[in-house]
Amino acid sequence: MTETTTGATGALLSATALRKTYGATAALDGADFQIRAGEIVAVMGPSGSGKSTLLHCLAGIVPPDEGQVHYQGRELSGLSDAERSALRRGAFGFVFQFGQLVPELSCVENVALPLRLTGVDRKTAEGRAAEWLERLEVADVARKRPGQVSGGQGQRVAIARALVATPRVIFADEPTGALDSLNGERVMELLTAAARDTGAAVVLVTHETRVAAYSDRDVVVRDGKARDVAGMAGVA
Amino acid sequence: MSISHTLLGLLESGPRHGYDLKKAFDERFGHDRSLHYGQVYSTMSRLLKNGLVEVDGVEAGGGPERKRYAITDAGITDVGQWLATPEKPEPYLQSTLYTKIVLALLTGRDAAELLDTQRAEHLRLMRELTRRKTGGDLADQLICDHALFHLEADLRWLELAAARLDKLAKEVSA
Repeated sequence: MTETTTGATGALLSATALRKTYGATAALDGADFQIRAGEIVAVMGPSGSGKSTLLHCLAGIVPPDEGQVHYQGRELSGLSDAERSALRRGAFGFVFQFGQLVPELSCVENVALPLRLTGVDRKTAEGRAAEWLERLEVADVARKRPGQVSGGQGQRVAIARALVATPRVIFADEPTGALDSLNGERVMELLTAAARDTGAAVVLVTHETRVAAYSDRDVVVRDGKARDVAGMAGVA
Repeated sequence: MSISHTLLGLLESGPRHGYDLKKAFDERFGHDRSLHYGQVYSTMSRLLKNGLVEVDGVEAGGGPERKRYAITDAGITDVGQWLATPEKPEPYLQSTLYTKIVLALLTGRDAAELLDTQRAEHLRLMRELTRRKTGGDLADQLICDHALFHLEADLRWLELAAARLDKLAKEVSA
């Protein structure tokens, strides 16, 4: 898809004809994807269908073998490594199945990290981090280290970290995968409410339909091919 | 749901007029569909006949809405028995969806498309219930969750059916 058409469909982030092979296995085999600003899209599909690979390509974490990813009309492969890193730090936020917090840092320092990396001073960064922790109902763990908090608390800290730099896109890969039902529900409520308040789009990879039900629409990945069920064409 | 047992159970906390009963029922259980007054009065007259409730008083002016009903000892026993008896789990063995898939395969129509359409419809309802739950109180959450878990089970079945469609097509045409 060209820059012009990317803009014309209103997509913030789009991928066209992505192919990615690991050894003899085609993880993606011609996958298309589009998401608009502020939209929450669930990426669903069975294990090994290629949904995490799609997320990694969309976020510029791994380059596709073929195909293109455009963010705000710019092709990711056309960016330098430094530009892609800057994009991941500033415009993108990440939440994974296991929080992947830095174990040596306190929770508030973990949340402040994306801001610190973009040059924000410590006091300001930790102040904003503390606000996000409070909003995600985990203000009390601010000074604890990730090893001292529960799975549900750690995941809320990870969401705070993903949102602190007010990204345009949040990539969430099985964000409730390691949580029990009640904690998973609450984490989804908090994640989607925060995304809607800040206008961030969310690419939500999940195999659970109850988690996908928090999205605006869903895309199904089967055998490396992505099918847009409701279709962005239908809503554009 | 047994409306008569529910109304009877609501009377255990004290006598009520018919319309109070309807109000109490609607507030607690009438989330999607409230009771008609007619249902309340026909249920009460049946419970009266069976000795499970009695008329506790009648206000001047007459009419069924003026009657105040109280539960009897037999009524209390009846509620206790109903609560102690487990509900029969739905066997779910008569599936319209299964019938539709087989018919689609038999008539050469696109069964995968049928499954996808159904999947989208199920997820649409799940989104609606999730929104309602997110903005709702605990009662809303529990009621919506019950529906969501059932829809989720259907969706898991739809996934499995989609994965086995080729095999089923061979068996159907054999």
